[in-house]
Amino acid sequence: MAGTLIRVEQLAKEYRMGSNVVPALQGVSLEIQAGEFVAVMGPSGSGKSTFMNLLGCLDHPSGGSYWLDGEEVSQLSGDELAQVRNRKLGFVFQHFNLLARTSALDNVGLPLLYSHMPLHERRQQAERRLQQVGLAERMDHHPAQLSGGQQQRVAIARALVNNPQLVLADEPTGALDSRTSIEIMALLQQLNREGITIVVVTHEHDVASFAGRIINFRDGRVIQDHANQAADAAAMLA
Amino acid sequence: MNFAATLRIALLALRVNKMRSALTMLGIIIGVAAVIVMIAVGGGAQARVEDQIRSLGSNIIMVLSGSMTSGGARGGAGSQPTISEDDAYAIGREIEEIQAAAPTLRGNGQVVFGNTNWSTVFYGITPDYLEVREWAVIEGRGFEPAEMNGAGKVALIGQTVARNLFGDASPIDQVIRVRKVPLTVIGVLDRKGQSMTGQDQDDILLMPISTARKRVLGAAMAKSRSVSSIMVKVRQGQDMSAADQRMRELLRQRHRLQPGQDDDFFVRNLSEILQAQEASSKVMALLLAAVASVSLLVGGIGIMNIMLVSVTERTREIGLRMAVGARGRDILTQFLVEAVTLSLIGGAIGILLGVGGAMAVAELAGWRTELSGASIVLAAGFAGAVGIFFGYYPARKASRLLPIEALRYE
Ligand SMILES: Nc1ncnc2c1ncn2[C@@H]1O[C@H](COP(=O)(O)OP(=O)(O)OP(=O)(O)O)[C@@H](O)[C@H]1O
Ligand SMILES: [Mg+2]
Repeated sequence: MAGTLIRVEQLAKEYRMGSNVVPALQGVSLEIQAGEFVAVMGPSGSGKSTFMNLLGCLDHPSGGSYWLDGEEVSQLSGDELAQVRNRKLGFVFQHFNLLARTSALDNVGLPLLYSHMPLHERRQQAERRLQQVGLAERMDHHPAQLSGGQQQRVAIARALVNNPQLVLADEPTGALDSRTSIEIMALLQQLNREGITIVVVTHEHDVASFAGRIINFRDGRVIQDHANQAADAAAMLA
Repeated sequence: MNFAATLRIALLALRVNKMRSALTMLGIIIGVAAVIVMIAVGGGAQARVEDQIRSLGSNIIMVLSGSMTSGGARGGAGSQPTISEDDAYAIGREIEEIQAAAPTLRGNGQVVFGNTNWSTVFYGITPDYLEVREWAVIEGRGFEPAEMNGAGKVALIGQTVARNLFGDASPIDQVIRVRKVPLTVIGVLDRKGQSMTGQDQDDILLMPISTARKRVLGAAMAKSRSVSSIMVKVRQGQDMSAADQRMRELLRQRHRLQPGQDDDFFVRNLSEILQAQEASSKVMALLLAAVASVSLLVGGIGIMNIMLVSVTERTREIGLRMAVGARGRDILTQFLVEAVTLSLIGGAIGILLGVGGAMAVAELAGWRTELSGASIVLAAGFAGAVGIFFGYYPARKASRLLPIEALRYE
């Protein structure tokens, strides 16, 4: 599982607000190797989410290039990007973004719906992932019947269901208390040990301390990028 | 994304907002039901007129005795016997366009058989009458020439008369009395149903015109040649109004009317009247269906409205689906299927309601309704089309959202 998974060069993004141009990202160049666990930090408005959305193929850069797994995705069309997201990426959001009035099982199986997997296989895969995040007993529960931590676990199961190479999490613990945050980080660490590359955006140093590399942003630029002796979240819970 | 999965998502989305889905459907339900009922009512009216045309026979012109002007006072139609049997024969003989002209003598009276009796109209006729009216004898036989010329004591009876006098027994060869004159029933006429004016055309008795004149109608008639009316059939493919015109000229000439003098007869082009009625009932049926389809249109706008609201409400859901791999066309299909499902379920309920409604109208109002398979298929197809048409815009709007903007939507 070695090799470069992400390479960005002079990646830029500006938002046009009428005659105003907001430069959210101003020429970011970096590489992330397969199997890394990266934390992205920085003050509010420094461009972290903008960067993540570009990495997640959810948005088009206004300048620069982006290679994901050797493929230059900054050139792809909307439909092709959808396929890339479907095959290679998993997302975890701050506010979970689960479908209301839909069972945990169906929420987790959602990405597979768009890869044309038959229903029973979809169920099987979703079940397996829910087991993996420790929610085998909650499969038929709707999001409203789950705690915040449980909802985020369902969201992580959904991010994993398509066997992604890269999981992107924008403030995954932002809506959770500190113990639940550590639980979620332990889960992400476990996945990382299994070989999945993980990029997490966070404000909290405690959360970033579980990553093996920390990248600091300011004003749309990388100001610091250093390795980190990762703490073991599972051990902290024991 | 396969169709079953899309359909499941659509049904799920509709179930989540049961009340809203039901109310949205209501527009389509009412529209489809209205279209079906209105087409059934319009079709019924049209079918009634068509039946009347069929029972009258095609290309019929009626000549009636007119008024004689005496000292400035003019009588109504038939107030004076001005047309004669010979006029009828002359019309049949001399006018190219005319296939047959049947003189009739009309009367009414009590018909008696054993100890039952029935009041009916009777006509003295020539065999041309049956030809003109395209009326068949379904049991027994028609009049023989000898009976025609010799005032034979024979009669043909309509279905209503047969039923009332004889019940289920055969009337053939039974002797009945009309105004005390004994006549032998030699045949029964085919069923004709109601006339234009709502009269029962099967409540009738026919006898040779000579019999009516000499034996039944009494001494005053016996010496005259006059008739109540002449029924004329124009040949197939001939111009009715040209035949009408030539007939008027012939009659004026025969009656020795001076130019400027009024006609002493009336000509009624019955087929034309019925055709006009048919045309107007067609327009009526179309109008009814058009008005009903307006409500279907309104129902469609309702669907569009709700789908637009739904797309806005579910923007984050759309964003999420896109983030996990839905392409624009997957989203488009999803919302389109949702709209079409809504309209088709509404359409199905509307069809049931419309069929029931048409039956209720027939039962309660006593109107004739004609439920046609075509109208049901049409209504169902229209409902589906409404779903596609009015669902497309909101669905396209949803599919064009950018994933990141949809995800961020508050
Ligand atoms: N859709 C948008 N339209 C206009 N400006 C935007 C948009 N999204 C972000 N920006 C601007 O771009 C800059 C970077 O925003 P971004 O969301 O990446 O910050 P962030 O680092 O994630 O901040 P936070 O920690 O508060 O989430 C900000 O100045 C923001 O106002
Ligand atoms: Mg952010």
